[in-house]
Amino acid sequence: MKAHLSRRYLFSASHRLHSEAMSSEENKTTYGKCNNPYGHGHNYIVEVTVSGQVDEKTGMVCNLVDLDTFIEREVLARYGHENLNTLPEFAGEVPTTENLCIQIYEIVHRGFAHAHLETIRLEETMMNSFEYAGDQGS
Amino acid sequence: MVYLTRKAEFSASHFYHNPEFTPEENLRTFGKCNNPNGHGHNYTLEVTVKGEVDPRSGFVVDLKQLKEIMHREVLDAMDHRFLNKEVPEFLHQIPTTENIAIAVWQRLESKLQQARLHRVRVYETPHLFVDFYGEK
Repeated sequence: MKAHLSRRYLFSASHRLHSEAMSSEENKTTYGKCNNPYGHGHNYIVEVTVSGQVDEKTGMVCNLVDLDTFIEREVLARYGHENLNTLPEFAGEVPTTENLCIQIYEIVHRGFAHAHLETIRLEETMMNSFEYAGDQGS
Repeated sequence: MVYLTRKAEFSASHFYHNPEFTPEENLRTFGKCNNPNGHGHNYTLEVTVKGEVDPRSGFVVDLKQLKEIMHREVLDAMDHRFLNKEVPEFLHQIPTTENIAIAVWQRLESKLQQARLHRVRVYETPHLFVDFYGEK
């Protein structure tokens, strides 16, 4: 039988929303407080949902240790306590939570082989969350 | 089609062990969860049903009935129990969150009358949960 397993992880990071393609007035209008040149931070919660057949021998979709080890090494160590704007993937892209959600999806999709990645859901605050399930066309 | 979700909580203990594995294999696969004396969780169960809204009652499902079925079929059997030893499904199957979600689905599916079961979600902790949609 096929089941979906979801695991939630927390990391803290800072960012500034600023687009080189906009004038400074436009940036202020578009991003408001988030355009503050000194940046600001969030406690992000990333919710990873994977799916697969429940293994009859273990009763599991995948071993949690494998998932935890992968996410800690590839996602939490990469983004935790970092300024997102200084990372190469955001050199030419605004580190909005939408873009961060897509980056995390790509990392897990590319590197985690123990189960099928369904979605990445990223909470920026308790009020805002974003979800990405891969490019499914428009 | 409207979806309705009802939550419930239950507390239970369990451990993970496959008698076909060697002790080393069990420990390697299940880690701390292999402790034969068990450990416990406060589980949160979310049952989502779907259906058309009945024009007379305005309900997808009679919530009172759904609550009673969840209590009778799931909570009475699993709340404050040692799952491995007291719940028939888990005498010969490991009570992982995946298998609990499947067992809850199987216990509820045939008992619902008005609405159809859409999803069973079982939270083992606030940071770990399993969804089962009845898929093979």
